[in-house]
Amino acid sequence: MSVSVEKLSVAYRSRRGDVTAVDNVSFSLADGEIMGLAGESGSGKSTLGNALVYLDARMKTTGGKVAVDGRELPISDNNAMRHRRMTEVSLVPQYAMSALTPTRKIGKLISDLLKSHHVKDKDAVYTELSRRLALIGLKEDVLGKYSFELSGGMRQRVTIIMSTLLNPSLLVADEVTSALDVSTQRAVGEMLVEFRDRGYIKSAITITHDLSILAQIADSIAIMYAGRLAERAPTSVLVDSPLHPYTQALLASLPAVGVRHDQVTLTGIPGRPPSLANPPSGCRFRERCPFAFAKCTETPPFEEIKPGHLVACWKVSQEQAETAATAPGLPLKEQV
Amino acid sequence: MTTLKLDQVSKLYPSTTRGGGLTPALRKVSFELKPGEVISMIGESGSGKTTIGRILLRLTKPTSGTVTFDGRDIASYSGRGLKDYYQQVQGVFPDPFSSYNPVYRADRVFDLVRSSYFPQVSDKEWSAKIEAALDAVALNPGDVLGKYPHQLSGGQQQRLLIARALLLDVKVLIADEVISMLDASTRVDVLNLLVKLKRQGLAILFITHDLSLGNYVSDRTIILRHGAIVEMGATGKIFGNPQHDYTKMLLTAVPELHKKWQHAPFDPDLVSANGATAAMGSPNGKAATALAHASMLDEITHGEQVVKRDLRAVFGGGRAVASGKSQVAVALEPPALHEFEPDHLVAEPE
Amino acid sequence: MSESVSQAPAPEVATTGLLGGSARVAAAPPKRNEFIYYGLRNPKLLFGLTVEVLLVLAAIIAPFFAKYAPLTTTNMPVQHPGSTFWLGTDLNGYDMYSQLTNGLRESYLIGALGALFATIVGLVIGFLAGWRGGWLDEILQLITNVLVMIPSLVLLIVIGSYLTSRSILFEGTFIGLTTWPWVARAVRAQTFSLRSREYVDLARLSGKRPVSIVVKEIAPNMASYLFLVIILLFGSSMLIAASYDFLGLGPSQTVSLGYMMNQAASNSALFYHMWWVFIPPGAVLTLMVFALLIANVGLDEVFNPKLREQ
Repeated sequence: MSVSVEKLSVAYRSRRGDVTAVDNVSFSLADGEIMGLAGESGSGKSTLGNALVYLDARMKTTGGKVAVDGRELPISDNNAMRHRRMTEVSLVPQYAMSALTPTRKIGKLISDLLKSHHVKDKDAVYTELSRRLALIGLKEDVLGKYSFELSGGMRQRVTIIMSTLLNPSLLVADEVTSALDVSTQRAVGEMLVEFRDRGYIKSAITITHDLSILAQIADSIAIMYAGRLAERAPTSVLVDSPLHPYTQALLASLPAVGVRHDQVTLTGIPGRPPSLANPPSGCRFRERCPFAFAKCTETPPFEEIKPGHLVACWKVSQEQAETAATAPGLPLKEQV
Repeated sequence: MTTLKLDQVSKLYPSTTRGGGLTPALRKVSFELKPGEVISMIGESGSGKTTIGRILLRLTKPTSGTVTFDGRDIASYSGRGLKDYYQQVQGVFPDPFSSYNPVYRADRVFDLVRSSYFPQVSDKEWSAKIEAALDAVALNPGDVLGKYPHQLSGGQQQRLLIARALLLDVKVLIADEVISMLDASTRVDVLNLLVKLKRQGLAILFITHDLSLGNYVSDRTIILRHGAIVEMGATGKIFGNPQHDYTKMLLTAVPELHKKWQHAPFDPDLVSANGATAAMGSPNGKAATALAHASMLDEITHGEQVVKRDLRAVFGGGRAVASGKSQVAVALEPPALHEFEPDHLVAEPE
Repeated sequence: MSESVSQAPAPEVATTGLLGGSARVAAAPPKRNEFIYYGLRNPKLLFGLTVEVLLVLAAIIAPFFAKYAPLTTTNMPVQHPGSTFWLGTDLNGYDMYSQLTNGLRESYLIGALGALFATIVGLVIGFLAGWRGGWLDEILQLITNVLVMIPSLVLLIVIGSYLTSRSILFEGTFIGLTTWPWVARAVRAQTFSLRSREYVDLARLSGKRPVSIVVKEIAPNMASYLFLVIILLFGSSMLIAASYDFLGLGPSQTVSLGYMMNQAASNSALFYHMWWVFIPPGAVLTLMVFALLIANVGLDEVFNPKLREQ
């Protein structure tokens, strides 16, 4: 297993007490897997992704562990993490392309990066850098430019190059395609896949709200809702046969090209996500769920319904149990 | 018949980069918006779509060309006349949060309208009006009145702004990227609201970069590139049978849930905006070709010259400078449009 | 319409934040109370404000306790501070307590006048230049820059030499008219930045006129910044006035803190070890300005959440 996250919980300190943004989340990534972490705003996806690499002063872990390549990742220890960042885990934060220091040239930013990580063989790294720049269609003179001289797409690609220069095992990319035009989105998305294919990164977690992009680049998708994982499955399975009611509603609200309002009326999901400061008991989606029933006041376990397909929903668990009970060919005494 | 008509509208910005001179953000754009009609204006950044919205809302003046509303040139309005214009034409901006003055409560946007347009109306009548407007946008008054902007979600903020436009009983709504800042579940609600308003006779210019949204909601579509129209016509015809290479490229780049990106063969002529040919290095592999394709497009689309933003405004000058978008050297004269089929115009390749 | 650097707006993250829908609606207080809450807990602000308020009270009340007028000789020169003369007398027999307290009052008056004029002129010019831009801005900038370059001390000497006597009003006005450029520049820069905000566009779309927009939309968003600028201006006015008075360019026949220091220097108080003549005015002046600056730093922390020590 390249990455394994076990029962991770992350909370924010606030004046009114701690707010748990990530609640008891577990998942694992195989080597070479690109996982899409999707959800709406306030779902905790950004917190989860960021926590794996950089816990800022407001955040703290309240439980769980993370391991990369078999070794535990001390995410709550900032000092210990400093040695692991960029080399084992790396992050492209949201709005990264707007956060490049405008007063330093790109080349200087990269050399600062290498210096702070005590990289010995600079020449090898620079050769590799030129190769990668050429791969994604950036000319080398970009190193001599300032960030404001580049277009949005170019800046985004530069931030990804910088974050992956030291070949981390895990790359967390937070909304890297969100603020881009359609054609650049595609270029950046394909860049992530290409980097994984060439081994520059081992596995990646792409955080976004845009399921269609994930359908293009991710091997598997995890859906987060109100701080918990709702569903996780290989991409084609999730997109074609989602099980969790939230996933189903989300997919139903996406307009596809070619679909017009007089042909199909799309529907949104009524209501709003619950407040994480005071979440409801049990399943957090039950107030908006058309299938909610009595058992939903208990927290549903995030369990494997089919191989590789995990869901946290009582309705789905029940249906699964019923199917198993009536499965043909099973001797009577093995029925549930 | 209320019609908003653009005739050869151009907008030039002073180019602050090495060459000097002027750069065109809009090049002789002409089209018409009729009542009950939704036009999607689709373009990437630097296409000029936001500039058109601003010109139609009289927030910016075109360098040449005219915009007429009901036959009258909107540039002739001032003072009282401009106020009357705003009673018929309103806009909603991309970032709902920035549209609220953070010092005041969110519903102050209604008060601004009241003090300008309905000073004589009694409190009771005004409350009724507000309730009707909020009802039209499916907002609960208790949820949104009396709150500060940061206490509302993006969807609520955006719908409140649409409600504000409805208070004025407008004929035309310029909706600039109104969906991009919203979550998937609220997006559809706002879209469906726009469709409902359209059925009631409102004319909407829906400015977006998202093709699937544009397609869902509009009757006609205009594809904008580098300030010029490259394809225009009935939405079904544009999306069903795109003729211009740029439109085709956009459609192939749109990510879809049930279809993988097609790896189109590399076409150097597609990317030449001003004669520059694509002499790419040697990326190998199918994925790399598509990458190179898209990234070449990106480079030439955005050029290598970027207008330096507020730096000029702050350190001296203060002249109107195009906001942080890159400029490409293009001729002022846009490529000519010819009719491919009824209600489907296509531009010559540039 | 937005001036963001990205090509298309990023999706909704900033606005909803963590607390999610309904709870956030109940929990967050209006923004202005937040300033009062933090203001009352900021030690620098409290310290500075308290000292300043005490000094102002002293300026108002303390002169009433003086037994002699500041420039009327007591005929008892060079008295150490004691029970008769709380702060002693100087070489000319003037009561130091009376001079100090009256001087404090005059210094505050001149400082306030100077700050008031500078603020008014600076605001008007800054708003005009920032809102209109174009050639009006260029002209106003020209005037501002010229004024900044003129050495005000030399100007004061030249003008002063034509006047038979100078009043407090003259000095206050003069200080105001020579320090407004700093206000104008700050206001202009802020106005420039704020006028392209979308809520300003929304106000225009609601049929609002420029004056209304500047006053109701732009100025409140600069309020905290303006506040800081004005406080600093007040402090610098007092210091400038003190330096003019020290050089003998102050209002005629008026005792101010600077005047006291002028007299102390010309009467060689230091040489005669008459500490009660020069230390009190210097110390009080330092305290006045210092308290203002500390309060200013504290206020900056209150207005700017990122500076607060959590």
